[in-house]
Amino acid sequence: MTRLAYIGIAIAAVVILTAVFAPLIATHDVTVQDLALRFQSPSAEHWFGTDVLGRDVFSRIVFGARISLEVGITVVAVSAVIGTTIGAIAGYYGGWVDKILSGYIFNVFMAFPGLLLAIALVAFLGAGLGKMILALCIIGWVGYARVIRGQVLKVREYDFVQAARALGASNMRILFIHILPNAIQPLIVQASLGMAGAVLSEASLSFLGLGIPPPAPSWGTMIEESRQYFAIYPHVLFFPGLAIALTVLAFNFIGDGLREYLDPKQRTR
Amino acid sequence: MKRRLLRFARQLGLMLLVIWTVVSLVTLLIELVPGSPAATILGETATQEQIENFNRKHGLDRPAFFFTYSNDRGLVWNGFDNRYVDYWSGLLQGDLGTSFRTDRPIFDMIFERYPATIKLALASMLVAVAIAIPLGVLAGTNKNGVIDNFASFIALLGISLPTFVIGPFLVYIFAVQLRIFSPIGSANPEDIVLPAVTLGAALSAILTRMVRSSVIEELGEDYVRTARAKGLSERTVVYKHVLKNGLIPVVTVLGLQLGVLLAGAIITEKIFSWQGLGLLLLEEGIAKRDYRLVQGCVLVISVTYIIANSLTDLVYHRLDPRIRLS
Repeated sequence: MTRLAYIGIAIAAVVILTAVFAPLIATHDVTVQDLALRFQSPSAEHWFGTDVLGRDVFSRIVFGARISLEVGITVVAVSAVIGTTIGAIAGYYGGWVDKILSGYIFNVFMAFPGLLLAIALVAFLGAGLGKMILALCIIGWVGYARVIRGQVLKVREYDFVQAARALGASNMRILFIHILPNAIQPLIVQASLGMAGAVLSEASLSFLGLGIPPPAPSWGTMIEESRQYFAIYPHVLFFPGLAIALTVLAFNFIGDGLREYLDPKQRTR
Repeated sequence: MKRRLLRFARQLGLMLLVIWTVVSLVTLLIELVPGSPAATILGETATQEQIENFNRKHGLDRPAFFFTYSNDRGLVWNGFDNRYVDYWSGLLQGDLGTSFRTDRPIFDMIFERYPATIKLALASMLVAVAIAIPLGVLAGTNKNGVIDNFASFIALLGISLPTFVIGPFLVYIFAVQLRIFSPIGSANPEDIVLPAVTLGAALSAILTRMVRSSVIEELGEDYVRTARAKGLSERTVVYKHVLKNGLIPVVTVLGLQLGVLLAGAIITEKIFSWQGLGLLLLEEGIAKRDYRLVQGCVLVISVTYIIANSLTDLVYHRLDPRIRLS
């Protein structure tokens, strides 16, 4: 693994621990407003300063990590399960099943720019955590499906699959017990990059006012709220921006590192 | 020749099929609105008569699709007299319906703003290419060197920094501190610079990585040895021979990324108040719940994306003789 991947793992660990122990780490109540304390610069009392409503930026970022990871993990898990199942079926059965799934359905889902589809769904369904997760899963699964389909196409030609078939194993058994475990490696890379993508999408939708409604401390919402005051009080945008960038960077580092590690061709270069 | 025509026809067929599905999905999206659009738009104080008038005016009193299903009546066949057919027949005549809010034709509203968004997307592509090619070549020719590591780091940063973080920072530096550009708007020609850099940053990062790995791969090819043996300067070898072949995947990515740029433009336009399709979608469409307008915007952006992708595919096959022959 590359050095960057280790840096990524370290940052991701910090973000995850922050999210898990948020109530212990946060120094203030995230929803308590105090207009007398608006736009305080970073100090011993407020490490990252205060925002437009006088709320503690540090505590909001700490709790924001929860929202980001909650969305990220749910979206990755659900998309991966759906994508893997559909991709595996397409790759294993081939023929007209594959033609319909990968030739048509995959193309339709890739025909929408991801963010646009999410925006459209949320615009019609209404904003909210559950609806946002649903929208991100709808755009997310196809990436996993494509990866798994390609892998299954390769693995199903191996001898041990023929052996299992000769022994009379059922299609489902061959697919899920024999083929999938051998095809799953690139999924880890995809999941790591997908995590970065989901965190970014959550922040983007929240920035557009289509994610989790305020006063929830989503990083994207924090940036949207502080955008107008940024020129005078840069800290209100700097810290949430840094939080998003570091988290996304960390999962990208991990994904990239894993890809190089799992692909011997790239490793020897 | 015959095979090429066949391939072209198949691709065209798939493109039309995908467009048909996307349009159908967008058409039916309006059914997802909780409650009725009329109630949402007219507000709680609307009388029954107002709601009925509104529904009649926008055709919402008619069945949504060929058949409807309800618990008490079961599956009911509505025939061709439905909103789905309406939308299609309007669309084929260049009619995207009228705005729920202003009664203006959606087509006019969208295509007033469309050029601004395309201009922004193309400008950001230009920015991305202008950064990525020199940086990628430098990184590729100095593999694992200091420049390479630096370029890789910058590229990852570009991918990880969201537009809504880059944008305000650029505004802070170049508009607030240095006062070179105006922070928002599109009144002057140079106003496009900040939005284009903001939107193009992620793409330039992706392209830099592509150019780098392309250059590394091509440098190992036999024709490079031949060119060097001929006594050509390293500069000529890299820029005239290697880059020419190395750019083929880059062209593909450029085409495929157009859709990402169009979607990303929504955020960039919001940051800079750039009067494009994205801002129209957000401010007039979503914020005012003008669902007809939202439908139109999503439709136009998606179809632009699909067409760009298909064209890219065609160009890609023409660019590389190895693919063309196989």
